[in-house]
Order: sequence, then C-alpha cells, then structure tokens
Amino acid sequence: MPAPTQLFFPLVRNCELSRIYGTACYCHHKHLCCSSPYLSQSRLRYTPHPAYATFCRPKESWWQYTQGRRYASTPQKFYLTPPQVNSILKANEYSFKVPEFDGKNVSSILGFDSNQLPANAPIEDRRSAATCLQTRGMLLGVFDGHAGCACSQAVSERLFYYIAVSLLPHETLLEIENAVESGRALLPILQWHKHPNDYFSKEASKLYFNSLRTYWQELIDLNTGESTDIDVKEALINAFKRLDNDISLEAQVGDPNSFLNYLVLRVAFSGATACVAHVDGVDLHVANTGDSRAMLGVQEEDGSWSAVTLSNDHNAQNDREVERLKLEHPKGEAKSVVKQDRLLGLLMPFRAFGDVKFKWSIDLQKRVIESGPDQLNDNEYTKFIPPNYHTPPYLTAEPEVTYHRLRPQDKFLVLATDGLWETMHRHDVVKIVGEYLTGMHHQQPIAVGGYKVTLGQMHGLLTERRAKMSSVFEDQNAATHLIRHAVGNNEFGAVDHERLSKMLSLPEELARMYRDDITIIVVQFNSHVVGAYQNQE
Amino acid sequence: MFHRFLSIIRRQRTSPRCQNWCLARSSASAAEAHSVTLPAQAQVVICGGGIMGTSVAYHLSRMGWKDIVLLEQGRLAAGSTRFCAGILSTARHLTIEQKMADYSNKLYEQLEQETGIQTGYIRTGSVFLAQTQDRLISLKRINSRLNVIGIPSEIISPKKVAELHPFLNVHDLVGAMHVPEDAVVSSADVALALASAASQNGVQIYDRTSVLHVMVKKGQVTGVETDKGQIECQYFVNCAGQWAYELGLSNEEPVSIPLHACEHFYLLTRPLETPLQNNTPTIVDPDGRIYIRNWQGGILSGGFEKNPKPIFTEGKNQLEIQNLQEDWDHFEPLLSSLLRRMPELEMLEILKLVNCPETFTPDMRCIMGESPVVRGYFVLAGMNSAGLSFGGGAGKYLAEWIVHGYPSENVWELDLKRFGALQSSRTFLRHRVMEVMPLIYDLKVPRWDFQTGRQLRTSPLYDRLDAQGARWMEKHGFERPKYFVPPDKDLLALEQSKTFYKPDWFDIVESEVKCCKEAVCVIDMSSFTKFEITSTGDQALEVLQFLFSNDLDVPVGHIVHTGMLNEAGGYENDCSIARLSKRSFFMISPTDQQVHCWAWLRKHMPEDSSLVLEDVTWKYTALNLIGPRAVDVLSELSYAPMTPDHFPTLFCKEMSVGYANGIRVMSMTHTGEPGFMLYIPIEYALHVYNEVMNVGQKYGIRNAGYYALRSLRIEKFFAFWGQDLNTLTTPLECGRESRVKLEKGMDFMGQDALLQQKQNGVYRRFTLFILEDHDTDLDLWPWWGEPIYRNGQYVGQTTSSAYSYTLERHVCLGFVHNFSEDTGEEQVVTADFVNRGEYEIDIAGCRFQAKAKLYPVASFFTHKRRKDDVELSDLHGK
Repeated sequence: MPAPTQLFFPLVRNCELSRIYGTACYCHHKHLCCSSPYLSQSRLRYTPHPAYATFCRPKESWWQYTQGRRYASTPQKFYLTPPQVNSILKANEYSFKVPEFDGKNVSSILGFDSNQLPANAPIEDRRSAATCLQTRGMLLGVFDGHAGCACSQAVSERLFYYIAVSLLPHETLLEIENAVESGRALLPILQWHKHPNDYFSKEASKLYFNSLRTYWQELIDLNTGESTDIDVKEALINAFKRLDNDISLEAQVGDPNSFLNYLVLRVAFSGATACVAHVDGVDLHVANTGDSRAMLGVQEEDGSWSAVTLSNDHNAQNDREVERLKLEHPKGEAKSVVKQDRLLGLLMPFRAFGDVKFKWSIDLQKRVIESGPDQLNDNEYTKFIPPNYHTPPYLTAEPEVTYHRLRPQDKFLVLATDGLWETMHRHDVVKIVGEYLTGMHHQQPIAVGGYKVTLGQMHGLLTERRAKMSSVFEDQNAATHLIRHAVGNNEFGAVDHERLSKMLSLPEELARMYRDDITIIVVQFNSHVVGAYQNQE
Repeated sequence: MFHRFLSIIRRQRTSPRCQNWCLARSSASAAEAHSVTLPAQAQVVICGGGIMGTSVAYHLSRMGWKDIVLLEQGRLAAGSTRFCAGILSTARHLTIEQKMADYSNKLYEQLEQETGIQTGYIRTGSVFLAQTQDRLISLKRINSRLNVIGIPSEIISPKKVAELHPFLNVHDLVGAMHVPEDAVVSSADVALALASAASQNGVQIYDRTSVLHVMVKKGQVTGVETDKGQIECQYFVNCAGQWAYELGLSNEEPVSIPLHACEHFYLLTRPLETPLQNNTPTIVDPDGRIYIRNWQGGILSGGFEKNPKPIFTEGKNQLEIQNLQEDWDHFEPLLSSLLRRMPELEMLEILKLVNCPETFTPDMRCIMGESPVVRGYFVLAGMNSAGLSFGGGAGKYLAEWIVHGYPSENVWELDLKRFGALQSSRTFLRHRVMEVMPLIYDLKVPRWDFQTGRQLRTSPLYDRLDAQGARWMEKHGFERPKYFVPPDKDLLALEQSKTFYKPDWFDIVESEVKCCKEAVCVIDMSSFTKFEITSTGDQALEVLQFLFSNDLDVPVGHIVHTGMLNEAGGYENDCSIARLSKRSFFMISPTDQQVHCWAWLRKHMPEDSSLVLEDVTWKYTALNLIGPRAVDVLSELSYAPMTPDHFPTLFCKEMSVGYANGIRVMSMTHTGEPGFMLYIPIEYALHVYNEVMNVGQKYGIRNAGYYALRSLRIEKFFAFWGQDLNTLTTPLECGRESRVKLEKGMDFMGQDALLQQKQNGVYRRFTLFILEDHDTDLDLWPWWGEPIYRNGQYVGQTTSSAYSYTLERHVCLGFVHNFSEDTGEEQVVTADFVNRGEYEIDIAGCRFQAKAKLYPVASFFTHKRRKDDVELSDLHGK
C-alpha cells in the first residue's frame, strides 16, 4: 500500500529525516539528544547558516532574536490580527460539561476544557477523555509523543480501554467475553469525549481489539471467581504495563497486512509519555509516565491560589529517577546511563511507552528491523543503536500513581504536556486558570497613596491588568486561555498580542525551535459535590 | 490640590485690597448658621460661587447693578472650579465660543492688576496636534476662523512643534496648530478674584448657604428660599454647575436645564528633575484624547476618554461624592496616550490622579439665557469642561442679557431655549453625555448626527420610511429623513463616512433633487413647529400684527411669510402664517423654535382669556410634495383642480385627499419649487401617504430627504433662521424688504429700528456665493463658518452651504460686511459694494474664487417663477 505509507510517513527520505532531527537537536528541550555521530553530522549542515546559530542559545534568546534588527527588517514582516490569532488558538479547543441530572449534578466533575497547540507538524501530542460506563469515574489523559506521533496516537486510543478493563469486576469481564464469544452486542465500556480532530485509526482497531481481548481473558483467568475490591492504583499500573507490553509484542510478531505491520513497528519505535487522571467521586488517581504533569489548583480561604503537584516528572531533574536508573543497571554504566540529562545521552523522559530501542536487546532490534518492511530498513534512526547499550531494558512504561482525596478547596486539575510546563511556572498556571474560572473580575482598584510610583511603572501595571481582563473575556475555554498566556506572555505576565502573533505566525519548520507541542486538559471540580461527599463520611 | 487651595485662602486673607470682601466672607463662615442674616431682598440672586456665578456677579456689578447677592452652598470656588485643569483655550469650533474664550483670556490677564489677587495667569500658548490629515483639516478650519476674529494662530510643521516643547514625540504628527496667546491660570483664584472685585462693587457674597428653591409667582421670579431664610428678588441666576438640573426642577414651576455630569480624570506629577519652564505651552492631542500642561514644574494631563463614566444620574448623592476616587484602570488609555506622546516622562513620579466631575450638555454647547417658563430665571451652566475658557465671556453675555434684555452677540447656539422639557429625561441625558464627552476630542465633521437619545419624537410614517431605506437625522428630538438609500446601494459604515470631502450619499441626493425638479418627491416634514392662534374677536390679528413685520390682514386662505422681530429689528423667528379664518391663524416655524417662539409669544401676548395660543405640532403630520407633477398627484386624489388658476401659490385650503377629509393643503414647498405642503391630522397620515405614493407612482414619485431639500433651498438663496438668520439680523440685511410692511397702518415691533436702518443703510448684507474654481470631487467641501474675503480683505463668514445640482457648483450663503481699512469700523454695505468685489471663500486655509449674488440666479433655472413666488424656507439645522 504505497499511497497510505506516503501519507503516514512522508519524511522518510534521508535528507528529509536529517532535517527533522537536525533541527530537533538544536532545541535544548527536545526529547532526543544530538550527540549521535549521525546527528552531529547533520548539525554541520546547518551551522553555517547564521540565523540557525542563534537557535542553539537557550530558549530565552528567541525574544532577543525576534526583537532584533534582523527580524524587524524582514521585508515580508506580517502580524496576525486578533481574530486570526484566535482562530489558530481555538482550532483544537474542546469543552465538555457533565450533564446534570434532575437539576443536580451528582458528578464531582463539572466538566473539562481541553486544547492543544501544535509546534511539530504534524503534532505529536495527543489527548483523551472518556467516562467509564461500566464503572464509575472519568478518565482524562495527555500523551506527548516523540520520534513521530505513532506511539502517542496508539496510546491515546488504547490506554483507557486497558485501564477500564483493569477496573472492571470479574462478572462484567465474563459478561463481555461471553458477548464477544457468542457474537452478541458488546456492553459499551467507555464514552469518549473527543474533538473532531482527535481520530482513531480504523485499520488497527481489529488488531488492538484482539490484544485487549487477550488481556481481559487473562484477567478472567487470573481472578478465578473471587470478587475482591479492585485497587485503582494497581489497575492503572497494570494497564500501563500491559499496553506497553502489547505494543512491544505486536511489533515483534508483526502482521501479515503490510500496512499494519509497518504501523505496529512505527508505534513501537516511536515513544510517548502519558499522564492520566482517574476521577471517581472524591478519589483522584494520577498515573504518570514521563514528563507531563498533573497540577491541582487549590483555592485558599483568602481566595488566593496555590498549586499542588500530583505527579513526579520522570526525567533527569528528578533525583529519585536518576537513582532508580543507576540502581537498575550495573555500576559500570552509572556514568553512561544518564548523560547530558538524558537517558543514554539521548532521551529526555526516563519512562515512556514504545521506544523499543531502549527496551529490546540489540539482537531483537536487529532481527525485527531486518525482517521488517523496507521503509524501516532505510530509516537511519531506527537502525541506530543507542551508545553504551549494555543491559536493556533501560526504559519502562510503568507509571507512578499518586492518590489524592479531593477537598472542597480543590477547584481544578490541570493535565498538560511539558510544552506548557517549560514555558510557565506551575504557580502562574494555577493562578491564571483559577482567576479565569472564578471570573476574577474583582480586581482591587489601584491607589497611589503615599507610594513613589512613576508614570512608567503605573503604565506597566495598568497594561497588565487590562490585558488580563481582555484575555479573560476572549476565551471560553480555560485551556485556550492558558495557551494564550503560555505563548503570548510578556515579562509582566500579561498577554502581549504582538508576541502571541509572532509566535503563532512562525513557519512550521521554525515553530519547534521556540516551543513544544502544548496539550492541556483543565478539569473543573464541583466543590458542592465534593463537600457533600466529605460530609457524608 | 487641597493644600494649594488652602494657601489661596490664606493669601486672600492677607491681601489688603480685598478686605471688604474678606470681611463679608469671614463673617459668613465664622459665624454660626443661625446668626447669619441674609438681606431680605435684592435685585439679583446668583446661586453658585464657582467661576460662572462670580463672573456673572462681576459683570453685573461692573454694569452698574449693585443690589446683588451671591449664594454658595459650600465655599467659594469649590466644585468643578477648584478642580479645573486651568487651561484657557480659544480654539473652539463655534465663533461665539471663540469670542467668549478670547474675552475671558483678556479679562483674566488683567485681573491680577485689577484686584491684586494672584491668579497664576501665564501666557503659555497652546499647541493642537494632528495625527491625521483629517484632524489637520479640522485644525485649519479653526485656524482660519481664529485669525479673522483677531486671535493669532498658525498651522505649524511637526518640526516646529518639537521646538516648542521639550519632550514631545512628533514622529506620528502631520502638523499642528499653535495658538500663542492661550494661557494657563488657576481657575479657583480667578473665581476668587472675580468675587473680590464684585464684592468691592457692592455684591454681597454668602457661602455655606444653600438655595432650596426659587419662588415663582405668575411665571415670574419673586424670590429665593434658602436654608437660612428667604430673599425677595427680581432675577435669579442659576450657576449651580452640575447641580443646576436639580435646582431647576426644585421650583414649583420646574425649569428644565438639560445637563449631566461625567467623571473626569487628570493626572498630576511631581516636578521633573529640571522643572518644566513656566511658559511651556499646553499640548492638546485630540487624536490621543489628551491634554498636557505644565504644572508646578511637573505636568498636568487629562483627557476625554471614549467610555465616560456618567455620575449623579439620580441627583446629588453623598455616597457618590465621597466615592469620587482615582480610577487608574479607567485612566489607562489616556496614560498610554500620554507616554506615547512624551515617552521621556516614564520616570516622572505620580503625585495624584484627580477625579473632577464635569458637566456636559446634549449638544456639547453650554447653556445660557432666560428660562422660557419663568421670567427672571436665568441660567449659566453646562460648560462641557470649558468653564474656565468661557467663564469671562459667558458671564459678560449673561449680565448683558439681564441688564439689556439681550446680549451683544448672537448666542442662539447657546440659548437655553434651544432645549425643551423633552431633553430633560435623566436617561436621555445619561446616554447622551456618554456620547458628548468623547466628542470633545472626536473629529468634528460636517453633518454629524448624534447616535444616542434617538427615536424620541417620530412621525407616524417613521417605520414606513425606515423600511424604504431612510437615513435619519435628529432635530429637537424629532427624527427626520436625510435621504433614502436605494436597496441596491451600499453606503459606508457610519465611522468611515466621516469626511470633509465629497460624501458618499452625493449621488443619492442628486437623484432625489432631480426627481424634485422633474417629477415629484414626498418629504416628511412633520417636525415643524406648528402653532394655532385663535381669538373670539380681533385680538389674534391685533397681536400678530404687532408681533410680525408683514401685513397679516390678508384674505382668509392666504399664507404670509413674515419675521417675528425684536425691538432692534432682528429676527426672533421666521415663519409662515396661514390665515385659517378671520380669527384664527396657523403658524409654521422651524423645528427648534418650539420653545423659543412659544416663550416669545407668551411674553408679548396680553393676558386675555379670549386669545388662545395652542401648540399643535403633535397633531399634524406634514408631507411636502415637491415637483412639477405634485399638481397631478393631488388633483387625482382630491378630484379638485389644483392648477395655479384655481389654487394660486401661497394659498391654504382644507380639502380631502383620498378618503381623508380636513387635510390642510398649502401651495408652498419651502424650497421655491412648485408643489404643496399637506398638513394631515396624524390619524390620517398613513392613509394619505399610501394614497400619495400609489397615485404618484405613474408620475415617478419617490421619497426624498432633508439633504435634497437643503440643496434646493440654498441654491434658491433661502435663508434659514437659526443658521443664517438670528436675533441680530434684520430683514433689510437679507434682502427681505418685501416681507416687511413698514406702512401697514399700525405699529409693530422693530418698526422703528427698521425705519432707521432703511434710512441709514445696512452694515452687512446677506449674499449668495457660487464657488468658481472648486472641484467637488477633490476639494474640501464648504460647511459653514468659512471666512469670506473681498479683494483680499476679510468681510464676513459663511452661514451655510450646499451643493447645487442645478448649477453644478457649491453655493455658500453668508454676510458681507464693510470694515473700514483704517479703523476696522463697520460701514454701510451697498449693493454696489457687494457687486463690485472679487470674492474668495477660505475653506481650511485654501481660498476658492466665488461669485457674489444678491438675488437668486434665476436665469440658471429651467422654469420661470413669478416674482412673488419667493417664499421663505424653513429652517433646516446644521
């Protein structure tokens, strides 16, 4: 099937590939590092270009760069108008409001807003949201792919089914299995809340279904009749591990259909982090693999906002993760396993789905690649074995699960990929969302009083306040509002339209230099329901 | 501001020259409330010790009136006067306003010498910046008009602007206007100085005394009730600023004074490191909506924002007064604008943001004059935040008004009687002032209509006309069609259609005019003021013969064009009167005459129960059928012969039109074109309109609006009262001898003055100008107020103008004076003088050649008209 292949992986030709990874390596927060010999070669290709040299600087430099003479004198300088900016920002926004029953909202979730802004073309982030129909609760997740979007796409489609199945009681599993066996209609497991742009792959659904069925069959076999309370934490961990395992297995086994065969390989050779929240009443579980983050917005009694982190990043900034990696591998590898803040000097997240290059033995990798389709063989990246690759696996998809019991003061949860967190501090994120959700129209009037204030200072302060007000009114979606701030914030923490417009008008190939894909889900809790739960107990 | 004010008081007390006043003042303030004894009576009681009240007191006392009491509820020169930014600017849009400001400037300048009180007067000059070409045009128009009344000013380049002020960013400017003699002054000190001078002249001043209400008997002021007792008086002057509205309504017979306050903010800073020079000019950046003046080495800067905050809608509210706080968020756009204009000020330290409510009126002009309902009740208020600039001049005119009965200049544009009770709604005022306040710095383009407070008075045909594409203008609250947009035509959005050049409706009006000339058009003219005067005997005729200059003793059914003159022979009103019967008359006047004419008639009509004056404006819908085929339409609808033989011009007959009976049909059109006016009882309006349109279809009838009417009228040299004619214009000055019957057998008002003028000759002459080298498509259009030059010498200003589609030229109307070259004195203007001159009209600094005519250019018109066919127009507004 040559045509779809072209569609799905149009950039496989060598020169093109070098361009993607070549540019990627100049961005200091790219998942994949640039130290490989192949990639450094490609860097050479670009270094003579003076404009690109500036990209090697830390990300702060983009501001100076855009403010600089060269940018200003570009003849075809153009700005997006505010409506254009809005149409870009709002292209992917989605809101879901939990329906109210009998005028009373029994769910602890009021609803959620989600949105994503691409930097890669195509975007590598994915998001999912679904209500569990056979158990209570709602699942929400963000997935940050790397080396393509195949893995994040697969995880976004499949993970919630694995979690839902893990949570199902034995009887329900049996019922489902019997239904499949006898060809009857299946009980629906999940109700998805999807933006039209969030797609599921039709071709692979049969394959994915079979793997899932194998999983529940095993669950049925394991839990022989004893009905025990299902532990959510365990279910989440099992689901994550099982899915990653299935991804790996499917790639090893292959598929007679060449398209599917190539697909499962691409899923396995690319990677994805996942941050998933399961909310059931006051019980909030966050399962995290990689460097996306879940942040709880807490409103203190005085109305101010504080941020409670509900996940740990699995990257080099997390000492426990570095420690874990060092312990899992022989002492001799202590220096090479984490190098330049990356796993084996290459990968930024220390846990991820897919990425079999960091999981399989060298033999297995070579065997699969050789027996795989030609496209895979021609791909320099997949063929490349990480340096110091001695004791695989180096990477796991096992999540770290955090439990939090919701309190009335917990107003919302922000799930977002690292694209957000590297541009904004968590306190700012919580403050912006909090003020957005509560309406925040009660800005205290300013009085000069006896203070020494210059006109310039006052002007700065007022512009900031006005920007806040105007941007609040512009967005109907908390995630959009947050992205607007993440991309357009100036040094005062106020949205600067010019800056926003510049950032959004960057050509595809430059966008990734200045920002990562951003995906955000903001879940709003119902304080009354949460409070009622609390009072019941 | 406050400490500054205290220092003023202290200085006052130590000043020996004002001891007299200080005694009065300190005794008033030191003594307990009950121990103050107000005089039992006075000739004049002035309420309000701000700049207006003190200025009126000052001028009255200078004119020799001594028996005057001035009452102030708080302290003198408090309120808006105390907070005023202190900028005296003569660059105003109306000539009368320019004259008032110019007089104020000269008065304040010598006030310190006269009274010994420091007023802080500094001649700084002011610079008006233009960021756009349109703004520059607007400034150039003001500049031309300032120059001809003797106020020096010039248009300067941005480079020159930079030399005048050290911090100004001039990169985005296209030009500016420099008025070197403008000044800054402390308004509170001016008010105190005026009070002190008045007090020396014998005016008694009492502060902490509130006026509760004015006592009225038989429509005449008899006294004032205060919280400290009564004062009998003949005249009362309401100078209560933003409280004038409430005070006006507190009488038993309420006086409606339409004004409303808005919060106004300005910023004070600490001095700059190198303090600004005292004489640094004041900067006005209307496109940036701000003004900036030097203030004690730092700056004072405020502006008129787009989103004003109206205040005190529900009257004087202590809570709101206390909550008059700085609102920085509201000030933000103005601050941005300031820093854009003067980026170097970023480091300047803020002292304070002052919130000082200012009073605004529905048409952005101040309010002065006598109440139409209570004689002796005068008002001077609603300064639209130009109180300091107008204070001196307005006080002078009002004092003249009280003493002489009329001011020395035409102040109709500012007269309280241009408003009626209909503008008194609080909701209307609140909405309207929110539009007026930003307008102070908005571009003022020709033919601008207010957007708020509309659709108050409408004709019964409003919806019908609106559905047919009518675009509306408002006059005295009445909606009138300007023109009708054909269904297939798109006009510019309101904001974009602001232009000083050819407007986008040009072709539309052209087709309407053409239809009036060739077929027949119908114009809804229901807004006209309509009075009926009836009596049991001959009283009606007698009183009208006395009040009007033309002979009204005509056969029943005749219409007479006549002026209602004052003692000096000037037009108080210009109207058409139809004699309905021996003892009843139907009087048609301009729309905005409703209050003024009513007051004038009431004032001069004898108290006689057998003489009835009735305002029937609301009873009739007026349709104007203009055009050669109007005859055909009407005769078909009434089965009556309408030809000139059966229905001569200037004739009035009640007849049936369609099914409706009792329609007053008058053979006049207010344009000089053939046609009829139909005065239709309102319940028949829709029927008659439908019938006219149905029957008219085969004659090519269409709707037309006032713009077409205006074009037709001006090319026929018809003057309008309120624009071309005013209380200082006599019929002889505008070529209307034929409408004056000096020998009609009985005396009439203004007769003596006219007789004298006839003997001596006139000092100005109403003239029609046809622009010669003016390109309608490319050149700026004339409006009104353009200076007229004769042989290079300034001789007067235009009063109105329109494009004549017949002549294919612009036509301006205006007055030609003859100023002596040596002394500048006015000399007699003869027809010869007018005819023997080379004329130029100055439109925004650009002069166009013009041909002067004293009579309409009949030869240009295709159809012949009889000589007595000349009729008066009504009175289209600006």
